[in-house]
Amino acid sequence: MEIITTAWQALGDAWTLILNPATFGYLVMGVFLGLSIGVFPGLGGIAGLSLLLPFMFGLEPVYGLALMIGLISVVPTSDTFASVLMGIPGSSSSQATVLDGFPMAKRGQAARALSAAFASSLFGGLVGAAFLTFFILIARPIVLKFQSPELLMVSIFGLSMVGILAGRVALKGLASAGLGMLVASIGEGPFSGELRLASYDYPYFLDGVKLIIVGLGIFAVPEIIALLRTNRAINERGTLGAGWLEGVKDWWANKWLSVRCSLIGVMVGVIPGLGGSVVDWIAYGHAVQTTKDKSHFGSGEIRGVIAPESANNAKEGGGLVPTLLFGIPGSGSMAIFIGALALLGSGELEVGQVMLKDNLDYTYAIVWMLALANVVGTVCCIIFSPQIAKLTNIRFVLIAPFVFMIISFAAFQSGQNLLDLVTLFGIGLIGIFLRRFDWSRPAFLIGFVLANPVENFSNNAYQIAGIRMNNDGLAGSLNYIFSPIVLTLIVITVISVAMGLRQAKHIQAEGAVAAGRKRAPLIFTLLVTLFVCCMLFNVAQIPDYARVDAIFPLTIGVVTLLCCLVLLLQMMFKADDDPLFADTETVMNTPVENTDKPKGLWSTLAWFGALLIATALFGYIIALAAFLLVFFRYRAILPWVKALILTVCGVAFMMAMAWLLNRDFPPGWLQTIVTLPWPLG
Amino acid sequence: MNPTTKKLQLAAVAIALAVSGAVSAEDFAGKTIEWTIPFSETGGSAKWGNFFAPLLSEAMPGAPSVVVKFMPGAGSTKGANWFQREKHKDGTTVFGTSGSTQFPYLLGDPRVRYEYKDWNPVMATGTGGVAYLNAEDGKLYDGTANKLKGKTFVYGNQGATRLDLVPALAWDMLGLDVQHVMGIKGRGDGRKMFESGEATIDYQTSASYLKGAQPLVDEGKAVPMMSWGALDSSGDIVRDPTFPDMPTFKEVCDATDGCETTGPQWDAWKAFFVAGFPVQKIAFLPAGTPQDVIDTYVAAFDAVGARDDFAEISSKRLGKYPMFTGDAAKAALETALNVNDEAKDFIKGYLKDKFGVSLDK
Repeated sequence: MEIITTAWQALGDAWTLILNPATFGYLVMGVFLGLSIGVFPGLGGIAGLSLLLPFMFGLEPVYGLALMIGLISVVPTSDTFASVLMGIPGSSSSQATVLDGFPMAKRGQAARALSAAFASSLFGGLVGAAFLTFFILIARPIVLKFQSPELLMVSIFGLSMVGILAGRVALKGLASAGLGMLVASIGEGPFSGELRLASYDYPYFLDGVKLIIVGLGIFAVPEIIALLRTNRAINERGTLGAGWLEGVKDWWANKWLSVRCSLIGVMVGVIPGLGGSVVDWIAYGHAVQTTKDKSHFGSGEIRGVIAPESANNAKEGGGLVPTLLFGIPGSGSMAIFIGALALLGSGELEVGQVMLKDNLDYTYAIVWMLALANVVGTVCCIIFSPQIAKLTNIRFVLIAPFVFMIISFAAFQSGQNLLDLVTLFGIGLIGIFLRRFDWSRPAFLIGFVLANPVENFSNNAYQIAGIRMNNDGLAGSLNYIFSPIVLTLIVITVISVAMGLRQAKHIQAEGAVAAGRKRAPLIFTLLVTLFVCCMLFNVAQIPDYARVDAIFPLTIGVVTLLCCLVLLLQMMFKADDDPLFADTETVMNTPVENTDKPKGLWSTLAWFGALLIATALFGYIIALAAFLLVFFRYRAILPWVKALILTVCGVAFMMAMAWLLNRDFPPGWLQTIVTLPWPLG
Repeated sequence: MNPTTKKLQLAAVAIALAVSGAVSAEDFAGKTIEWTIPFSETGGSAKWGNFFAPLLSEAMPGAPSVVVKFMPGAGSTKGANWFQREKHKDGTTVFGTSGSTQFPYLLGDPRVRYEYKDWNPVMATGTGGVAYLNAEDGKLYDGTANKLKGKTFVYGNQGATRLDLVPALAWDMLGLDVQHVMGIKGRGDGRKMFESGEATIDYQTSASYLKGAQPLVDEGKAVPMMSWGALDSSGDIVRDPTFPDMPTFKEVCDATDGCETTGPQWDAWKAFFVAGFPVQKIAFLPAGTPQDVIDTYVAAFDAVGARDDFAEISSKRLGKYPMFTGDAAKAALETALNVNDEAKDFIKGYLKDKFGVSLDK
C-alpha cells in the first residue's frame, strides 16, 4: 500500500512539474527541433541531443528534461517522412516502414501512409508511457536492491543482444561489438590510471573517445556522405496526395495489431543496448505472420506501416527503463541523455537507483512528458506535413554542408579542441567502412556504450566476491554473485541469445547488401585485425601491479582477435559472392540505367578533409566560410551570388550559436602568429 | 527576496565596486574572464566554480562576463599541466584547483608537470568530511573504535592517491579492518554501494553528506562516526562548524586504544587532511600576473565575501566554511603545501604497503 501512496504522490508532483507554461514551451521547442532533425535520414536522437548538450548546463532541470524528451520522442514520428517519401529509412528504427510505406507513396497515397503512421506512432508512444508508469511502480522496490553482480548482469544482457544485430555474418557483428568496446577502452584506465593506446605526450586521448563523437561519426557521418554522393533531393515527388482521414481509419481498423506491436516495442526497448535497430523488423515480422492475405506486403500493405510505427514509438518508453532504473543506457541516444541530465541545474539529478529513490517525481515527470510530447509531435507532424514535404524537395547537396557544419560544432563542444574534429573525421571513416562492408554499426555502438558499465561492475563484483570469500568462505561469495535476480537474468539472457540467433538471419539492420569482389572487404578486415593487435600489444605492457586496467581490454581484445582470424580464414576459402564480402560499393559501381551515377567516396570525403586541414591552418570560422563558398559554387554548382548568400547565412548561424554559448572556435596555425578578434581568433 | 534585502545587496555591490575601483585602475568592462576547472561538469569543483562565477562577475570593475570552462582529464593533472604553460595576458585567465590536484603534486606523481609556487592564489575555500557506519555495526560504536575491532568493513575507494587516502589512513590508525574495493567512479557510487549493502563503511565530503547520507542517518540506516574536523587560526584541529555535535577523528583517535595523535603517522594524516579538506579549492591567476591585477581580483572576492547574503547562499551550496582571499589565501596555500618530507615518505610507504601503488616510476 505504501508503494502506491508514494507513487501517487510522486505522480501528482510530476504533473505540477509539467503543467507549467514554460515547461510546455520547452517541450514544444524540443519537438520542433526533433522534427527538423528527424526528417533528415541518418540524423536522429544522437545527433539532436548532441546539439542540445551545450545548452543544458545549469538549465532548470524540468526545462532541460522537457527539451530533451520533446526531441527524443518525436524523432521516431518525424523520421517516417524520409521512409515514406523517399524510401530511405529516416533512422534505424523505421527501416521496415520503407517496405510498404514507400510503395504507397509511389501510388500517390503518401498522405494515407503518413497519417496511418502518425496515428500508430501516437498510440505506441502513449502505450510506452503507460507501461513505464506501471513498470516503475512494480520494479522500484526490486531495483533498489540491485548490487554490482545484478547490474553487471543487466549490462551483459544488453551486450548479448549483439547476437540479434549481428546480421547475416554473426562473427562480423561480434567483431564489430568487440571493436566498439576496444575503442571505448582507449585512454586512462579506470582503476590505476594506466594508459591504453594513449600517451601523456598527446594528452587528447587520455580521456578516451567521447560518446558524442562516436555517435555522430558512426551514424550521422556515413549517412550524410552517402546521401551527398547520390546528389538528389530526399523526395523527388513533393506531393502528398489525399487520404489523411483514410489513414486514420486504416489505423482504427487495425487497432489490435497496433496494440500488440506497441507491446512488442516496449519489451524490446526495455533490453539495454538494443535500442531501436530491430524493433521495427520484429513488429513487421509479426504483422506478416498475423495477416491472412500476405500477398500485398512489400507493395503497399497498410499493416506493414502500422506495425513498425506502433512499435518504434513505444520502444522509447521501454528504452527509458534501463536508463532511469539502472543508469545503464538503453541506446546511444540514451547514453547522451544520461550525460546531459548530470549537467542540468546544479547536477542534482542522477539517473539510476538514486533517482528512483530521491527523485521519483522527476522520474514520473519524464514519463508523462514522453506521452505529452508524442501528442504534440503527432499534431505538429500533421499540421506541418506540407512544409516538411517541401523541405525534402531540396537537393541534399544544399543541406549537407550545413548539417556537417552543425555536427562538427557539436563534436567540438565535447573537448574544445581541434582534435575533436580530427577524431570525428576518423570515427566517421570507420563508420563509413562499417556501413560499406555490412559490419553491424548498432553492435559497434552497443559495445562502445556498454563497455564502461561492464568493466566497472565486473571489477566491483570481483573484488567484493573476493572479500566475501575471505570472510564468509566460498558459500558467501557464491551467494553474493549468484543471487536469485542474477540467476533469473542469466536464464533470460540465454533464452534471448538462443532466440536471437535463430532470428538474426532474417533481420538485416542495414538492409540487404550485395557481395562483390574480395579485395576491399579483406583489406578492411586486416586493418581491424591490426588495430586489435596494437591494442593487445599496448595493454600487455601494463605492469603487473596495475593489471586490473589491462584485464578488460585483454579479454575483449583476444575474443575480437579470434573473430577476426576466423573471418580471415573464411575469406580465404569462400567464393566472392558470399555475404562475407558484402560491399555496398558493388551495387553502386554496377552500371545501371540510372543517369546520375553516384560521386566517388574519396572525392566526397576530400571536401571534408579539406575543411579539416583549412581549420588547422586558419581556424574554424575562416575555414568554414571558404569551405561553404567553394562547396556551393563548385560542388552544388550555384551561381556566385546564391553561394555567397548561403555562406553568409551558415557562418552567421554558427557565430550566433557560439555567441549564445560563450564558446570559441577551434583556432589554427594562423592564430598562433597573429592575434585576431573573436570569432576569428 | 524581499525589497529591503535586494536594496541592501545592491548597495553592497555598489560599495564593493567603488572600493575595488579605488584600489586599482584595472577595468574589465567588455572583457570575458575564463575560469577553467580541470574537472568535468558534474563534480564538486564545477559547482564551486559555477557558484562563484556570477558573483565574481558582479564584483569585478566593469562587470566583465565570467565563463566557467571545463578541461577534465587525468584527475585534473591535464588541466593543471595546461595552466602551468599559460602566461599572463590581460588578466582574464583564472584556474581552480582541488584536493585531487594537490595530492599528486605532494606525492611527486611523475605525471605532474605543474608547480604551485609559480601561481598566484587569490581565493581559497575549504570543506569537511564525515565518516559513517552501517546500522548494525553502528550499535557497537560508542565514540571509540574499541568495539569495532575484529569486524570486517568494506569501503568503495576511488583510488589510492585520491582524497580517499585520508579516510583509509584514519581507519587504519583506529585499528579497523577495512577492505577496499578499488576503482569506484565517484563518492556518489560509493554511497550507492553502501545503500545496497555491498559497502559497510563510507565517507562523504560535507555537502554530499548533508544531501545524500544525512537522510540515511535519519532513516536509521547509517550511523555517523566522526568528522575530519576543521582548522582553527592556530592550526589545531577543532570540531567542524557544519557538524558541531559530531566528534572529530582526533577525539575518536584519542579515545581509542592504540591510536596516537602524535608521531609521524598522525603528522602525515594531518598534513594530508589539511591539503585535502580545509584548503581544498583554490582560485589561481597564472604566473607573471602583475600585482595590480591580483589586487583587483582579491578586492572582488573580498566584495563577494562581504555580501549580506553570502553566508546564506554559500552555506547552502558549499557548507559553512570560511573563504580566504589575498594574503589569507596565500597563507592557506602555504599550509596546504607545507607537508614535510617525513610525512610524504610515510604516505608513499603506506601506499606501497597497503595498496601496492608505487609513485617512483
